[in-house]
Amino acid sequence: MSGRYSRSGRPRPVGSRVDLYVWYAVRISSLALFVLALAHFAMTHFVYDPADQSAEWVRQMRWSSVTLRALDWGMLMAVLVHGFLGMRTVLQDYVPSRLRRVALGILYALALALFVLGTQVVLTLKIG
Amino acid sequence: MSSVELKIQRFDPERDAAPHWVNYTVPVEPMDRVLDVLTRAKELFDGSITFRRSCAHGVCGSDALMINGRNRLACKVRVEQLGKSISVAPLPGLPVIKDLVVDMDAFFGKYRSVLPFLVAEEPAGEGERHQTQEQRDRYDDTTKCILCAACTSSCPSFWAQPDYVGPAAIVNAHRFIFDSRDEAADDRLEILADEDGVWRCRTTFNCVDACPRGINITKAILEVSSAIGSRR
Ligand code: SF4
Ligand code: FES
Repeated sequence: MSGRYSRSGRPRPVGSRVDLYVWYAVRISSLALFVLALAHFAMTHFVYDPADQSAEWVRQMRWSSVTLRALDWGMLMAVLVHGFLGMRTVLQDYVPSRLRRVALGILYALALALFVLGTQVVLTLKIG
Repeated sequence: MSSVELKIQRFDPERDAAPHWVNYTVPVEPMDRVLDVLTRAKELFDGSITFRRSCAHGVCGSDALMINGRNRLACKVRVEQLGKSISVAPLPGLPVIKDLVVDMDAFFGKYRSVLPFLVAEEPAGEGERHQTQEQRDRYDDTTKCILCAACTSSCPSFWAQPDYVGPAAIVNAHRFIFDSRDEAADDRLEILADEDGVWRCRTTFNCVDACPRGINITKAILEVSSAIGSRR
């Protein structure tokens, strides 16, 4: 950073790459969702009969395929990334700065819990 | 001469606790613009009606106002385009000084923060610094800005977070970042790679709608974001 930065305006920026990565993550997860959510929609409504699809059926039939399980996990992760980063944006915009740290902390804790729980279910749910 | 119902949001800091609306029935000519109507109301009814104007021809950027709910230049919108009732308020999201005049200090401070001037420390040598047509076209759109603040003050992200540097400052950074003669692109990208820099753009497109110069502002912002992404 050179000395050219004008102090007349904003405070000197804090160089962090986090917002750049978040910006990309939101866009990449939305692209992933475009494919995965449409595929999911097609699968639940056209490939299989929606009337059959109880939780038991999902466990027995759809999740007996590792690929479909992986796809469902991928979609879950994309939804979580996209949704929570969207909520982060909302908090950054509308929560007053003195409460923002706490609000973001709660949000991240919740996100982490759902990541772990979702992954655990996908990995460990027994077939049969 | 026909007439229009003109409603002005007025505020006198010495008398009023809060802004309030005042109605005037103003005679108009067919080719009048909102600026003409404001001037006539000032002449006919109340000399204390306060607003900024300078060029009266869409060049200086001093009379951007919220007219019938949208940010535009009073000197560029004709009464005929608006119908019989016209409301005029100061630009939203900026502190009101008096009537239609807002405090632009923070706005210009953010503008200055992005180094809005050519930085070329290498001597030009003989003659001028040449550019190809393509190099000039690269930033043509953002040279058109007249710093009216219609964009920044129409941005919900700015309303929510007044520290956001805002579309106008990013447009003016873009103007130099993509200028082949300039040497400070990296400094500007660093200044804007901040939580209150380009990342506060939520691609709402209000700025594009508001810009009296027709600048594709959201595109410019995204070009700057991408340039930050591909830096280093
Ligand atoms: S980009 Fe357009 S709306 Fe924004 S300050 Fe410049 S001229 Fe005004
Ligand atoms: S008075 Fe100059 S732009 Fe309207």
